[in-house]
Amino acid sequence: MTEVNAPHPGPLRSSGEREKSGGALLANLMHFGRTLRAAGLPVGPGKVIDAVAAVEAVGITDRRDFYWTLHAVFVNRPDQRLIFDQAFHVFWRNPDLLKKMMGLVLPELRVEEAEDEAAAMVRRLAEALHPDPPEAPQNEESEVEIDAAMTFSDREQLRGMDFEKMSLEELARAKAAIARLRLPVEDLPTRRWAPDRHGPRADMRATLRAALRSGGLIELKRKRRRVRPPPLVVLCDISGSMSRYSRIFLHFMHTVTNDRDRVHTFVFGTRLTNITRYLRHRDVDLALERVGEAVLDWSGGTRIGHCVAEFNRLWSRRMLGQGAIVLLITDGLDRDAGAGLAHEMDRLHRSCRRLIWLNPLLRYEGFEPRSLGMKAMLPYVDEFRPVHNLESLEALIAVLSAPPARRGIAGSAWQEHGGRAA
Amino acid sequence: MVAASSTAKNSLPASVDATLGLLGSQNYVADRSLATAVHLALHLRRPLFLEGEAGVGKTEIAKVLSGGLGRRLIRLQCYEGLDVASAVYEWDYARQMIEIRLAEAGEEDRGEIETTIFSDRFLIKRPLLQALEPDITGAPVLLIDEIDRTDEPFEAYLLELLSDFQVTIPEIGTIRAGEPPIVVITSNRTREIHDALKRRCFYYWVDYPNAARELEILKRKAPGASERLSQQVVGFVQRLRQMDLFKLPGIAETIDWTEALMQLDVLELTPHAINDTLGVLLKYQDDIARIQGSEAARLLEQVKAEAAAAQ
Repeated sequence: MTEVNAPHPGPLRSSGEREKSGGALLANLMHFGRTLRAAGLPVGPGKVIDAVAAVEAVGITDRRDFYWTLHAVFVNRPDQRLIFDQAFHVFWRNPDLLKKMMGLVLPELRVEEAEDEAAAMVRRLAEALHPDPPEAPQNEESEVEIDAAMTFSDREQLRGMDFEKMSLEELARAKAAIARLRLPVEDLPTRRWAPDRHGPRADMRATLRAALRSGGLIELKRKRRRVRPPPLVVLCDISGSMSRYSRIFLHFMHTVTNDRDRVHTFVFGTRLTNITRYLRHRDVDLALERVGEAVLDWSGGTRIGHCVAEFNRLWSRRMLGQGAIVLLITDGLDRDAGAGLAHEMDRLHRSCRRLIWLNPLLRYEGFEPRSLGMKAMLPYVDEFRPVHNLESLEALIAVLSAPPARRGIAGSAWQEHGGRAA
Repeated sequence: MVAASSTAKNSLPASVDATLGLLGSQNYVADRSLATAVHLALHLRRPLFLEGEAGVGKTEIAKVLSGGLGRRLIRLQCYEGLDVASAVYEWDYARQMIEIRLAEAGEEDRGEIETTIFSDRFLIKRPLLQALEPDITGAPVLLIDEIDRTDEPFEAYLLELLSDFQVTIPEIGTIRAGEPPIVVITSNRTREIHDALKRRCFYYWVDYPNAARELEILKRKAPGASERLSQQVVGFVQRLRQMDLFKLPGIAETIDWTEALMQLDVLELTPHAINDTLGVLLKYQDDIARIQGSEAARLLEQVKAEAAAAQ
């Protein structure tokens, strides 16, 4: 490391200097922290104090070290790296600023100017990083957009979506309905234990403790494995052919997201969008409004294969790791005529514990899986749940809660269905 | 914090450069940015949180720190449902029972039995408790590997441990580390770790290395490979990483592949040699099927053309 421009060879040593510089440094780092927070990074006052300590530990002699020091403190996730990088270069662009900090003179550090700069910065960052939605999420999604833009932009219909507000009665009914939701694989055993008088295992620790308390005969205490619901991933088709159900599905996804933990929700038409974060809003109207703004391919075409491939590549390993159930909601009408779909469905099927396909298209008896998309998908689903006249969330939940079929016989279920009608 | 132990602190590297040197001395070729994060973690005694794809050398950092600083390495491999009994401590019930029987035969006082059987002697210490114990060589390096495999409750437990470095055992009391261990946490990011935990750590995203650094790593880790082969291997792997594969090869795979090629006495990459050994590099059948054959040959042509142009 070269000790350039460092008039005081022993930086941050004398206590008087340290306080003085610490104050100015704090002010600057505070502004920087605020800028980052405005750009969406979770930066609180504690982080700023950490940053000061970190900068003191490394010393300010090298711009790269300074960068990586702040990086280690402020960045928490890979997708924040880009924001941090831009913010850093804009905020600390002023070489005088850095030089002054190196010299540790730092009298009044043009606080107002810094503030203006920070404010301008916020706008720039906001504009640069979040083109239209106010809270655009991560890298992956911008990739998705680029990807889609290059392939389908001419035919893709981009539009937002307005949803009718939910009535109080609807909300109450939804809550009651979701309480009845029983997915085919409900609870999975965990490796944790809970005391249970009739449990299968002896709980030695509880036994010994009780024995010491009571004396005399040692009474055996027992325990059983705790169970918990597996993670749930919902992939919901929002293309034109499905648009009349969008509201019900989103309502369902919102309710289920807020009802249990480890739920991830995606919608797809011509592109795949992760809407988990928007749906975490407790208020259903607000959540749906956000989703309506963030998702750009409402009521357009469907590219199921492309979107499932996207999910497999970017998300599956992160979301299907702990034995997740995948709920795929689509009518199987695919613009790409099932191209590449079988392969991707196979992969999806292999990576999750159970793949449930809910198909709302089936509006008349005797419907057959004629479309190529459906034919490609059917061999790979564990549960096939067709639903006629999907009118309400209750109906949807009733369909999902029907007792499970054996794994891998979804196709024959359809044949039976068709056969009976014919 | 400063006065806690001056002897151990002496062995910690004093600057980012020294940290870089320390990693280098253990054959770990690190970016300066990584060295900065390591330096911060060592100095400010905070955990180092390393995230990145599998096989980029996250776990290796803990091993290297342990080797370079001469500290004990304690490893906690995480899995779903990891609980206190297997991560922190457990009582040795069988021995406790025997002790009770013996004590009853000897008609000992009950209060006395209780203090005896819940003493250190009957305590089985698991990694997290071991890490709090003093060690003559200084605070140990605690590696919490693949934390993304555990569930949220354990994460919450760790949160408590990592902020205070103390463990409360109801029967004994609170055990506190004299000197906090050097903590390295790794995650493959199969799920997002809660911000509350990350907030207490210094974060670093371990990326795939660039060609120059990968070549340097390969020289150190597979010294027997010829310069030509190493360059071709690195060139080929770097190209693979730009492709849209399901699982990109990490540095570990690069090293393994080189060693496999050396075992087969390959002096120079050929399409044939690549096809035979591709399974060492790529771990998904679709990826292998895609690369094998003409695609591998095409990439190899590019690598060779590039090497020729560079000369």
